[in-house]
Amino acid sequence: MIFGIDIQLALFYLFSAVMLGAALAVISARNPVYSALFLVLTFFSAASLWILLQVEFLGIVLVVVYVGAVMVLFLFVVMMLDINLDPLKEGFTRYLPVGIGVAIVMAGELLLVLWARDRLGPDRFPAPPLRDADYSNTRAVGEWMYTQFLLPFEVAGIILLVAIVAAIALTQRRRSDARVQVPARQVRVKREERVRLVKMKSEMPAKGEKG
Amino acid sequence: MLTLGHYLTLGAILLCISVAGIFLNRKNVLILLMCIELSLLAVNMNFVAFSRFLDNLDGQVFVFFILTVAAAEAAIGLAILVVLFRNRRTINVAELDELKG
Repeated sequence: MIFGIDIQLALFYLFSAVMLGAALAVISARNPVYSALFLVLTFFSAASLWILLQVEFLGIVLVVVYVGAVMVLFLFVVMMLDINLDPLKEGFTRYLPVGIGVAIVMAGELLLVLWARDRLGPDRFPAPPLRDADYSNTRAVGEWMYTQFLLPFEVAGIILLVAIVAAIALTQRRRSDARVQVPARQVRVKREERVRLVKMKSEMPAKGEKG
Repeated sequence: MLTLGHYLTLGAILLCISVAGIFLNRKNVLILLMCIELSLLAVNMNFVAFSRFLDNLDGQVFVFFILTVAAAEAAIGLAILVVLFRNRRTINVAELDELKG
């Protein structure tokens, strides 16, 4: 409480306003590069909201993994592809009423369910107490993950491996003009194909020349 | 005071924005992928809020796995997109109708 304002609540409203504004900009920006950059801002605000809840590890993971890797990949692809933007935007105004209508109906239904009978108020779900200064969220999540969720953790590693292999296999292309090694032919080769023994007389140095 | 309802409302609105984005940008595969990321973020928001308010770490571990799978999905989706653009010179969904589904 500072000057009668709940600072947590004020920060929550600030971050969520930024986040929702950035999300709206993602879906309405003309250029996909701007969409990707606004998506970065959305993820940053979400990470701030999570850290506000003292979920520090996931907040940092969101910034490092999502902003640092996935969104950079998105930007990389957006800038690498030379897209003609005009035909991609043509349905925007036509679908605008339908999109907004569906979104408002969905939001109305979800909020009705959420706020009906005040089931989520502080009496049912009291605000969690603040963690001690020496509490480590990373340590807690790590201990929980490496004991209770060890097998899913390994499976997640395999999923990432499959993603690596799939992405490389999809984008690799065989070029007809490239010189490639064929290991099978290298292994199968016989001595006769590579080495030729020649019989010839040894050469003597000519007279007057030094050998 | 911050309540669980604040975070769930935020997640609900974010999900609706991402659905509206799928409606509005139905020609552009790139923005469709970004909208999927947005809706996953909305789900993660709910998981994190419930995890904190119920004082149960399962939700945070689940968010970790969702982030993993979403990263894999983005990598494979963008790889498919690059191959598609290399073969057809377009990412317009309206023109990708060879399967006649």
